[in-house]
Amino acid sequence: MAEGSLLAAPTVRAATPRAAQARAEAWAAWLLVLPATVLLWLMLLGPVVAVLALSFTDWTFGAPTIAWVGLENYREMAEDRVFWTTLANTVVYVGLSVPISVGLGLGVALLIEAGTSGVSFYRAAFFLPVVATLLGMALVWEFMFHPTVGLINQTLTALGIPVRNWLKDPATALYALMAIGVWQAVGLNMVLFLAGLKAIPRDLYEAAAIDGADGAWERFRRVTWPMLGPALVFVVTITAIRSFQIFDTVQVITDGGPEKSTSVLLYLIYQEGFQFLRSAYAAALTVVFLAFTLAIILTKVVLLDRRAHYG
Amino acid sequence: MSASRPLSWPAAIARHAVLITGAVVMLAPFVVMVSVSLKPPGEIFAPGFRLLPVTWHAAENYAEAFTRVPLARFILNGVIVTAAILACQLAAALPMAYALAKLRFRGRGVLFALVLLGLLVPPQVPAIPLYIAMWQVGLIDTYAGIILPSTISVFGIFMMRQFFKTVPDDLIHAARLDGLSELAIVWRIMLPTAIPAIAAFAVLSIVWNWNEFFWPLIVIQSEHLATPPLGIVFFDNAEAGTNYGPLMAGATAITLPLVLAFLVASRHFVEGFTMTGMK
Repeated sequence: MAEGSLLAAPTVRAATPRAAQARAEAWAAWLLVLPATVLLWLMLLGPVVAVLALSFTDWTFGAPTIAWVGLENYREMAEDRVFWTTLANTVVYVGLSVPISVGLGLGVALLIEAGTSGVSFYRAAFFLPVVATLLGMALVWEFMFHPTVGLINQTLTALGIPVRNWLKDPATALYALMAIGVWQAVGLNMVLFLAGLKAIPRDLYEAAAIDGADGAWERFRRVTWPMLGPALVFVVTITAIRSFQIFDTVQVITDGGPEKSTSVLLYLIYQEGFQFLRSAYAAALTVVFLAFTLAIILTKVVLLDRRAHYG
Repeated sequence: MSASRPLSWPAAIARHAVLITGAVVMLAPFVVMVSVSLKPPGEIFAPGFRLLPVTWHAAENYAEAFTRVPLARFILNGVIVTAAILACQLAAALPMAYALAKLRFRGRGVLFALVLLGLLVPPQVPAIPLYIAMWQVGLIDTYAGIILPSTISVFGIFMMRQFFKTVPDDLIHAARLDGLSELAIVWRIMLPTAIPAIAAFAVLSIVWNWNEFFWPLIVIQSEHLATPPLGIVFFDNAEAGTNYGPLMAGATAITLPLVLAFLVASRHFVEGFTMTGMK
């Protein structure tokens, strides 16, 4: 391979020392990338290919034989009501928690940037849930959702709002988990928006002021919002990808219940693959999971491209 | 600051009112966690929430948390696993990032494309084949089983490559004239210049891997090998979820290391996480 790079080197009249140097550089490069490249294939890309291949087989964990069954796993999935419930739950979870946590993150960032006092305290307070161990905090939330002694129902009762056992009620359990997810995601969105806001040139606000855009709302509508566009698309994308990966709270608090009302894609993959040991079927679910993630990223690329064309 | 002129005082008060309300909601779970960890069962289940206990039960709760399950061991496991993962990630990523950023060789484009492809894959996708592979080589229920899948960080490679791109070539030429090998350049020239970027990446890696639950849940069965999030679940199961005082003491103990680190160096944490925005 180093031989090839030597021949392909663009230095047509290369003096021998330079050619030797290029060859040495290529050799060194290959040695430097070797460990990471091997790991990349072993731990990430190879397994992705394996997941895809496995999804077309009938293998269950530990089985002595394996057979190619084509799309059989996907057909079973399409006929399984649990799969469709799970997919619907996941889509509802992502579809609602993303706009809420992105909207709150943006709101908090704008409010923090609007003044000068308390900036670092507020930033730290809103960011703390991002670094805290979600699993530990999930147990705290479970206690806060306790129907009688939990802080949430006590607060709601004090405010005269009717309460119920949010996590045990199939009609509300998913939304209770969503509250936890939003709580954890707001801080990261805030920080990303703060960076985006800092990147907006001050001149633009001055120019807008000369044009008569004086009020806070006018400044936001005419400068901040359009300039924040790419950051917004980015924040929505990573929030969507991350909330698609909801697992910890489901595993530790609800186990997908009650009545499958909080069964989400990653949890179903865990159950099928590692509890029921149906590796091939879980692989097919994983392919669906990956496809959704890629679709989110594709949407982002298309959106940013269009902005580039028309913006 | 950037967009603003000084606020009128009603606006300033409104700003603080909204932000303080929000901050209270954000911090409430932490307050509840610590508060409950100090209380005896009777007070935990009493109606009405009090911040501090009437009868202090902190010693009992924390003692039970640390003796009922090997909580100290969980935290030690967390330190071992997180440190090993970070060391491996840096050892693999820094040379690769340097080569991708600064060296000319055949296949560089393809390799970088593979890194970008890897960035698209959620970390849970390889889990099933990895589990099968770990089972075949006998690494289920071992430290290596937890660590190995995380040894490669495509995000780390990408982030470091972007950083190395900004390092002047002259620095590298000078090092070569001094007779340094390419590997020596990585560790003696590039590593020191990249300390801020490495610190930012280290923060992300430590936070992600300390808090990681999905993979340890799959690969670890023995209690004494559990990482902190997995350990607290063992605890939760052992207590059947009713003994809240010790449970919250345990949750406080596993959450505390990162929260303390964050409070001490919040600027670095925020900078690190902001870097996830540069993709």
